[in-house]
Amino acid sequence: MIASKLKEAILCLRPGLVTLKYPFQPHPPEEDFRGYPEVDADKCIGCGGCAAVCPARAIMIQDIDQNTRRIVRLLERCIFCGRCADVCPEDAITMTKQFELSSDMGREDMESECQVFMATCQRCGRCYEPATPLDRIMQPGFRHDEIKRGGQDSPYEPVKPA
Amino acid sequence: MFKELCQKAFPKSLWVYHTNTGACNGCDIEVIDVLTPYYDAERFGIKLVGSPRHADVLLVCGPVTRQVVPALKRLYDAVPDPKLVIAIGSCAVGGGIWFDSYNIVGGADTILPVDYYIPGCPPRPEAILHGVAMALGLVEKQVEPVHLKQLPDRPESIPVESETP
Repeated sequence: MIASKLKEAILCLRPGLVTLKYPFQPHPPEEDFRGYPEVDADKCIGCGGCAAVCPARAIMIQDIDQNTRRIVRLLERCIFCGRCADVCPEDAITMTKQFELSSDMGREDMESECQVFMATCQRCGRCYEPATPLDRIMQPGFRHDEIKRGGQDSPYEPVKPA
Repeated sequence: MFKELCQKAFPKSLWVYHTNTGACNGCDIEVIDVLTPYYDAERFGIKLVGSPRHADVLLVCGPVTRQVVPALKRLYDAVPDPKLVIAIGSCAVGGGIWFDSYNIVGGADTILPVDYYIPGCPPRPEAILHGVAMALGLVEKQVEPVHLKQLPDRPESIPVESETP
């Protein structure tokens, strides 16, 4: 009885220290890890492919005027699937290894916006009506997604902090 | 200032109560993972307790469903002051992919005053540890909002002030 307990104790001692020293030493994730999706705003052409495939609808497009397309990404609800990076024709979106995304400021910290300059016809701005709905979405000045932080209008009162 | 208050109010161990408000269990498993010897959140004094009345911190995982709202409010009231709420996972932070579902109210901060947010789907155990360490004042925040604008006559985008609702 005691011998078996002793044996168990020795077995438990054998692995030594296994605990990660994580917050004090960096611990990089594995090779294919998908972290914070970073946008190279210089490369973005404003095609809106990322907004079309985003399962969380975290990427939204607003055409402010004929020349400016605003791409708003509310990454607080991003699920890090990497589809936007897959679909981007210019490889403007890369999934970085950044996973330390915790914040105390709220959702604002996870917000990212890029205003893309869209070239239009120099003479009239909009010379022709595109044939298909897909082409129409590509046309600047057409798309205006509703940017919603929460879900539906909540009928519940939030709890006030004491 | 809030950080200093936190450090004054919680000089010793944080006892956490873990609640699932409609999560898929991914975040719950990661929370349990953080408490294993490999990640070992107990070296910071984090201890999982079985009753909200013993807890200092409420861990909220998952989008808040309509059905869980009254229970969540009662749960929050059951935690003695001073208390912290940590939202873990994309769902609890902003509603996740369910943000506009008919039965989802939204993230945890539509109901509770959330103090710390840990996004991720699910967050890595290291990410949860980072959030906890940030709450304890051991590490710095690493994310910030990005607002950039392209200009036709410049090769590089410039930072811009902009409001998002």
